[in-house]
Amino acid sequence: MNQKDIQAIRAIITRHKRWDMLFGLLGLLALMVGVLTLTVLFADMAIKGAARIDYDFLTSFPSRRAGSAGILSAWVGTILVMLVTAMSAVPLGVAAGVYLEEYAPKNWVTDLIEINVTNLAGVPSIVYGLLALGLFVYKFGFGQSILSAGLTLGLLILPVVIVATRESIRAIPQMVREGAYACGATTWQTVRDHIVPYSSAGILTGVIIGMARAIGETAPIITIGALTFIAFLPPAPYTEVFPYISFEWLMAPFTVMPIQMFNWTSRPEAAFQVNAAAAGFILVLMTLAMNGMAIWLRYRLRRNIKW
Amino acid sequence: MNVRKIATLAAAVGALFASVSSAHAAEALVKIDGSSTVFPITEAVAEEFQKAKKGTVRVTVGISGTGGGFKKFCRGETDISNASRPILDKEMADCKAAGIKYIELPVAFDALTLVMNPKNSFLKQITSAELKTMWEPAAQGKILKWNQVNPAWPDTGLKLFGPGADSGTFDYFTEAIVGKSKSSRGDFTASEDDNVLVQGVSRDAGALGYFGFAYYIENKDKLKAVPVVNPKTGKAVEPSMEAVISGDYQPLSRPIFIYVNAAAIDRPEVKEFVEFYLKNAAELTKEVKYVPLTDADYKHAAENFAKKKTGTAFGGHAEVGVQVSDLLKRDPKE
Repeated sequence: MNQKDIQAIRAIITRHKRWDMLFGLLGLLALMVGVLTLTVLFADMAIKGAARIDYDFLTSFPSRRAGSAGILSAWVGTILVMLVTAMSAVPLGVAAGVYLEEYAPKNWVTDLIEINVTNLAGVPSIVYGLLALGLFVYKFGFGQSILSAGLTLGLLILPVVIVATRESIRAIPQMVREGAYACGATTWQTVRDHIVPYSSAGILTGVIIGMARAIGETAPIITIGALTFIAFLPPAPYTEVFPYISFEWLMAPFTVMPIQMFNWTSRPEAAFQVNAAAAGFILVLMTLAMNGMAIWLRYRLRRNIKW
Repeated sequence: MNVRKIATLAAAVGALFASVSSAHAAEALVKIDGSSTVFPITEAVAEEFQKAKKGTVRVTVGISGTGGGFKKFCRGETDISNASRPILDKEMADCKAAGIKYIELPVAFDALTLVMNPKNSFLKQITSAELKTMWEPAAQGKILKWNQVNPAWPDTGLKLFGPGADSGTFDYFTEAIVGKSKSSRGDFTASEDDNVLVQGVSRDAGALGYFGFAYYIENKDKLKAVPVVNPKTGKAVEPSMEAVISGDYQPLSRPIFIYVNAAAIDRPEVKEFVEFYLKNAAELTKEVKYVPLTDADYKHAAENFAKKKTGTAFGGHAEVGVQVSDLLKRDPKE
């Protein structure tokens, strides 16, 4: 290899490195678009709403006076609805995902189900609202309640949970299953002791993406009849007498954060715009807190996996 | 997640569903839904009522729009329906089919306000005929400059802003100006959010728009109201509380209503709420920047309510330029 060849090779390497850097920059730029948008929005809401964000804002009911209006009924409503959403979508979604991956025979029926699940993820949320209005509100008689709203959003994020579950199950090496079967484990034992624990981190990611989508949804919640002015809280989930746990709150009328925000942005008084910004800021904080909790959980779950 | 946790979760979900059917305490609850135009007034009344009752009565107010509100009302899901227009034929039939009788009560005025950009110096007043030329369906794609409407006005672009077709305000404006409800040109900037209209008009020197009085009052620094010529007196009138109450601001002021389910009045909380509403509406209406009726009208409405005069004073369609005192004297029909 003479000097000339080495020079040519160096030139090629330099050129490739330049491209590499260029692509890296491009990727960074792409990332910045998302991060910057979020940061600017977040900062904008924080600055605009700063004047209103205090303890009273969190503990007051909505009011016609912008200065004394708060988001108590809204954030309590949002948390309760999210609770029902998680309770309904996670078990259903994980079970469906596990079935499709581990139990279902590979034939055209399964393929059809697969395509449908993927398609469901793209259905506009208002359609879920209309379905829920007919099914939960009228047919099952749940009324315009937290339960109806939670189940509606549960349906909405179900496809996301199913797809995430399946993806993370697929990432588990085949040898884990083979090892389990070789030791005489049944499918259920394999799923229980290996598949679900190992894929739980990925499942959690899917659940969080779904929940983050659900927490900001307005359309289906309005369709099933969330209220705009509500100055009381759902009944407490515990009672003084046996059985100490009450589920009455499930049937309570409610409102959620995005609806409260939407109402405030459409008010004539400029002071309500400040409230809307403050409520938006807190909604983002709630989402971030939810995500943070999930990341922490995921970290703990990953620590327990030893292979 | 181990098996025990999953089992606990499943049990919890099961219990949750099981308990749902049994749960339902009878408590004093007044359910209201309907128009977003009436919402601020009803919200204010609900807030004060709950304070006065020290939390023993609960009131919920939703925004489904006038039409959406009547749908729920005629299914018996709500006790009171907010409406920015009278009940229509079809809705009357629905209520009748469900056996629901109602009492119609006017609670305030809403003055549709025509607004222009503060830079606009040539527009001193406007007549219904000029408005019709601008807004009628035939104007679509043709009337694009101010001087096409009135030769005295300059040769500058005309940009129109108004509420979307689902709005009761749109219904009333088209009825009052074009002569037929929902009949309007389509090429204007429409938004259900009045704040968008405020922004639009305040940024365009050639703009003209309309929306509820409250939005004008709150944005007086960004907009100018256009005096509208009263067709009866021939005088241009600027929108104001006084002009609306005296009946001078016509044809763009309209009464707005609540409809009360006659059967629900047997529940003391609903009865008390409506009485409280009519007693305090004058003050609260002003506070949320709407125009109150006269004291005599509120008193008359309260009497009609006490006598349980069911039905509507309108024949199932909106009327333009009607006086509330006359309305209350009419014998309502179902």
